[in-house]
Amino acid sequence: MVRGKVKLILCLIVVMTLIMTACSGQSDTVETEKKILINGSTSVQPLIEELASAYKEKHPGAIIDIQSGGSGVGIKSAIEGVVDIGMSSRELKSDEKMLKEFRIATDGIAVILNPENPINDLTIEQLKKIYTGEITNWKEVGGKDATITVVTREEGSGTRGAFTELIGVEEILNSSITQGSTGGVMTAVGSDENAIGYASYGSVKNSANLKIISIDGIPCDEENIYSGAYKISRPFLMVTKEEPTGIAKDFIDFILSDEGQQIVEDNNYLKTNR
Amino acid sequence: MNDIKIITSSRIKERVAFFLLWIFSIFTAIILVLIVSDIIIKGAPHISLDFLLEEPRKMGKEGGVFSVIVSTIYIVVLSIIFAAPIGVAASVYLAEYAKESTMLNIIRFGTEALAGIPSIIYGLFGYSFFVFFLDLKYSILSGALTLTLMILPTIIKTSEEAIKAVPKSYREGSLALGATKLQTIRKIIIPDAIPGILTGLILGIGRVVGESAAVLYTAGSSLGIPDSIFRPGRTLSVHLYTLASEGISIENTYATAVILIALVFIINFSANTLINRIFIARRR
Amino acid sequence: MRLSERIIEKMLVICAAIALLGIAVIAVFITKEGWPIISKIGIKAFFLGKDWTPTKGVYGIFPMIIGSIYVTIGALAIGVPIGISCAIYLAEIASPKVSAIIKPGIELLAGIPSVIYGLYGMTVIVPIIRDLFGNQGFSVLAGSIVLGIMILPTIINISKDSIEAVPKEYKEGSLALGSSHWQAIIKVILPSARSGIISSIILGMARAVGETMAVIMITGNSTMIPESILSPVRTLTGNIGIEMGYASGEHQKALFATGIVLFIFIMCLNLLAKLIPKKAGA
Repeated sequence: MVRGKVKLILCLIVVMTLIMTACSGQSDTVETEKKILINGSTSVQPLIEELASAYKEKHPGAIIDIQSGGSGVGIKSAIEGVVDIGMSSRELKSDEKMLKEFRIATDGIAVILNPENPINDLTIEQLKKIYTGEITNWKEVGGKDATITVVTREEGSGTRGAFTELIGVEEILNSSITQGSTGGVMTAVGSDENAIGYASYGSVKNSANLKIISIDGIPCDEENIYSGAYKISRPFLMVTKEEPTGIAKDFIDFILSDEGQQIVEDNNYLKTNR
Repeated sequence: MNDIKIITSSRIKERVAFFLLWIFSIFTAIILVLIVSDIIIKGAPHISLDFLLEEPRKMGKEGGVFSVIVSTIYIVVLSIIFAAPIGVAASVYLAEYAKESTMLNIIRFGTEALAGIPSIIYGLFGYSFFVFFLDLKYSILSGALTLTLMILPTIIKTSEEAIKAVPKSYREGSLALGATKLQTIRKIIIPDAIPGILTGLILGIGRVVGESAAVLYTAGSSLGIPDSIFRPGRTLSVHLYTLASEGISIENTYATAVILIALVFIINFSANTLINRIFIARRR
Repeated sequence: MRLSERIIEKMLVICAAIALLGIAVIAVFITKEGWPIISKIGIKAFFLGKDWTPTKGVYGIFPMIIGSIYVTIGALAIGVPIGISCAIYLAEIASPKVSAIIKPGIELLAGIPSVIYGLYGMTVIVPIIRDLFGNQGFSVLAGSIVLGIMILPTIINISKDSIEAVPKEYKEGSLALGSSHWQAIIKVILPSARSGIISSIILGMARAVGETMAVIMITGNSTMIPESILSPVRTLTGNIGIEMGYASGEHQKALFATGIVLFIFIMCLNLLAKLIPKKAGA
């Protein structure tokens, strides 16, 4: 019995060494062409998960690994060729334009308040002042006398990048509550009646404990985002290093097909307005 | 008369002090009950067999946690496979061979320091070392290797104590019968220390199950059942963190939390049972 | 046989050294990734800079250092009195029945994953603070409370062991001289167990400094120096945890640099705990 245990331990060591050697020599398995790796924006990820599962139903052998590292990581990984497709929830910058980009959907960034808050509209200018700390009390924009709880996303987030760029804020107030995810922002705003936040329209559209306000008098809805009348919107991009081939091309084609775009709409995003 | 007064006043003081100590101790127990009951009350109604056996859909908003449980098992098994032999061997060395020396002190300090390193540092390290430097990518393997380092100190410390607790007479008897030191260790000491060693392994499993920061940046967060150890996966703790911080689904968040707490309960209970058994065995 | 024994002994040495090797590799890799950015922007600008704006290439972690210190002090203020009282009670006063109930509870408290503490803090403690003080809820105070609870097991277990390790004669001598049990605890037992209690506090501190996931979920993560215990705050760990997923390039290196600071912090605390004389009495 004792001998058995020692043997067991020895076996484990052997197995371990084997695995260790195996991994030093491991490369992508044979089925490279049936497997794609996607990384990037957390805002795009939920949509891609849905599209991928629909795609996999049609192509049972396909393997699609989806990681969420944020837009920056997605773009960088695509440039370096570490992933097959990168996901971005902001426009490419000029030094990233060497990538092939595919607009798969349009997303508005909704400005959200707690339903208890009487405010229903803000101008871009007011929004800018709130996010830079020039306006700190709701009464300055016609609300009640209460300090504004500013909720924002962390540096590096595509939503934050797009939001600051679109409303023209250089630097967001550093005392604002910083959340690491869309859901974090929604929770923080939903539970604090003096809070203001921003998040992807598709994600907050159906939340009962949040109020989406209009900007410059233009309501944040499908029609206005699609037409571009609602100013705070951005594209969802799939980016690749070179012209995609194989399953990557097939997947992107699927997303851009009518069937794929229908899934985009079913998930509360707007189909692409190429 | 005066003496009596002093004594009674000090008795009153003692009463008050003991009462306060009692309050604080009970407070600790109450905190535990509050936290655990809050989670269970909010989560238990949403747990069903379907929840355990269905795959998560819509990022975990719907469906269950099946693939997450599978990934968790993968990581637990793999890290134990790595950590157990190394940990036990290290403890045998420390308990049976090592002589007091500067080197030994350094090794001991290294082990203790490893135990104190925050999990986020393990995450950073695993990310730069296993994921990129060794190019293992985000994978179950990267996660397990990172966690191996993390649980090593627990296993070493518990096993070392178990080995040291083996009565000296056993060793002497075996050596006197002509067995070599290694034979003595293999046939006498390790078998006797097995319950203690197992306790260490179980505590290690507990840490693996509960860890999130170190796993998130090494094993990744993709849902779906990993079909090999080179694929990424999401453990229960990471899933819970994602669900909670993304606010995806309150029901599923709490249901996942209940599963995690239940696992911790089971792990603690089995570790305790083993420890008690050792004590009973020793007394005999 | 002799030869194989010797080989096996060497293998055992190697296994024992793996932990040490691990620490070294961790230190090397964190430093390798993080040091270039510190030397690029300057030690002073990095440590004392009050601005953290990665998109503009400004990396100052002073607010996070202060944040970690505030939250840790808060956690100790809550965890130490409760923890040490509980340790004294369990070691000296509690009947076996009572400790049979409380002890497994403390072990469970230690085993609960930090995400669960974070979830509890986020859904219960933050709203309570928001209602009580009319602020945003996410705050130094919320972080301190949750971390104060999380370090309890560390403080209780180590303090209790060191109190129990005080030789019985000390207590008996004191009682024989006519002092009450409480006086014996205060005047004899606690001073004798001092070193163990202090190291329990230091290790509790290390746990509070190093905790990540729970902290991210409850402190609000603002990058300013907190004005009061009701202000939101970002700790060193939170800085890494919240931005790591999205960072790339220099930004990511700056997070590794934050890791270096954290690593040094923790190693100093470990060393401190190790340097405290372990003897009971004196």
